[in-house]
Order: sequence, then structure tokens, then C-alpha cells
Amino acid sequence: MPHDHPDHTHDHDHGLSPSGHPYRADNDEPLTYWQRMEIAVRELLIEKAKISPAEIAAQIEAMDARSPANGAAVVARAWSDPAFKARLLADAGAASREMGFDIGPLNLIAVENTETVHNLIVCTLCSCYPRNLLGLPPDWYKTREYRSRAVREPRAVLREFGVDLPDSTRIRVHDSTADMRYIVLPARPEGTEQMTEVELANLVTRDAMIGTGLARTP
Amino acid sequence: MVERVRVKAMMPPGHVRAPAYLRGKQGVVERPLGAFHNPEQLAYGLPAEKKPLYRVRFRMDELWGDAAENPGDTLDAELYDHWLERL
Repeated sequence: MPHDHPDHTHDHDHGLSPSGHPYRADNDEPLTYWQRMEIAVRELLIEKAKISPAEIAAQIEAMDARSPANGAAVVARAWSDPAFKARLLADAGAASREMGFDIGPLNLIAVENTETVHNLIVCTLCSCYPRNLLGLPPDWYKTREYRSRAVREPRAVLREFGVDLPDSTRIRVHDSTADMRYIVLPARPEGTEQMTEVELANLVTRDAMIGTGLARTP
Repeated sequence: MVERVRVKAMMPPGHVRAPAYLRGKQGVVERPLGAFHNPEQLAYGLPAEKKPLYRVRFRMDELWGDAAENPGDTLDAELYDHWLERL
């Protein structure tokens, strides 16, 4: 998918980048209504001393600092510690906080992949994602294509991500329609019995926690 | 005990969190989630009472009929109590 450009009529007058992609137009269009609204509200809050520019910058930094590594650490702990795994499946938010991840008021549910069940996360209505644990979602997660196809033909979508599951595997798609956010607890790969928690965490990819991938094998 | 429900097939205007593709479809309650402020009011900055929220599990053949890739695969979604009728 990444190298398809179905919506472009390639205008070769503008040429292609050295990697063979059409150049992307500069984003110097006028601001949209909501961009102006955001700036106006932000400047008002600063002017009225409700919030400082430093606080805004700190919050952006905190959001940017969240990454799939946080989720991977949670998964690796669950693989290593059965009691923690039980707590994670019972209340994923509390289990994440127990590991020191400040995930705010996030209501998190962990769903477990097994030999017979594979879970896949989507938000058809918008782009709900466990940002407070995994950071920002990948661009494709927010596309209409992923959001509409994941619920209707999850097996075809998974094959495009390189995950080809037998009919005997039950696929459970989770549409985050309201107040919950989801993380997939991937199946622990074979041959990892001797690995430490830190080594295990390196096997856990972002896609494995969305369900569009599997954990890496060592 | 398995609780069977159907998503109400209503099409009200405005912000709702019940996706159109689930309306009129039958499923079972996977788990109750507790009560949350009703997003249909929150979205407009109105006082929002708390409403019970459930995770409902649907079979893919219930959603897509013959077009389902594998009839026994499932889809879970969160739905507010006022969108569900008990069967």
C-alpha cells in the first residue's frame, strides 16, 4: 500500500523525488476555521493567565514523549509475570499505572491473543487510540480505508499487513466507539523462554499492540 | 447468563456514538462497563447524565451476511443502554 498513489495523476513536469515519489505540495494554504479557532482560544487563555506558553510546550513534550515503548514494557511484564497479566486483563488502566505510566483518566481494556484468537483494534467513528499509553497513532489508523475495511474484511486487511491467519483462528475486531481504549496483548513468541523482560519488550511492535501485526520472533 | 440485545434502528440527527452499520443488528452483551456521561449531550456542552455502557459482541455474518469473510469472527463495540433493546 505505501507505494500506491491511486489519487494522483502524476504530473511529470514536477518530477519525482529521488525515491520515486511525487513531491508533496507545500502546506502554506490559509488556516482553516478550526485552526484559527485553536489559535484564538490558546491566545485568550494565555492573555487571561489561565495557562502559560511554558505549560503548553510541556504538555506537547509530554504527549510526544509517549511512545509504543510504554505499551511494549506493559506487554513484556504480562508475558513474564502471570499475576500481572491477570491484573492487566482485569483492569489494564490500573495495571499500566502500577508500572508508573501516567495514562490520565484513560479507560483501558487489554485483549489477549492466543493460539485460537486474534484481536484487532479500530475506531470507525473517528480515531480513538490509547495515546496516553502508546503515543500518537500511525497515519493509516486514521484513514477512512482502514476504519471502514477493518470491520468488514479484517482478514483481507491483515493479509496486507503480512498477517495471514487460518480460518480456524477466531478474529475479534474491537470498534472503540465510546469511552474505552484498547491494547492487544500479543501472543508470546516461541523460543523466548530464557529472555529477560527488557529483551522481550524489544519484540513488541506498535502494530502488534493494535493487532495489525504479531510480536517479532527472536 | 447470555443477554441478547438488538441495537435500535433509529437514525437521530446530531452526534451519536452508535455506528450506523450496527443499527438493527443483534448481539450479546460481552461485559457491562459502568456508567459514563452521555456523549450525545457532552458533544454540545450540555449537562450530560451518566448512562450505562456495554460492550456488545456481534457475529460477522449478522453484520455482513454472505459477504462475511468468516461468519464466526466477531466484532465488539461499546453501546449505550438507550441504544439497546433486550430480546
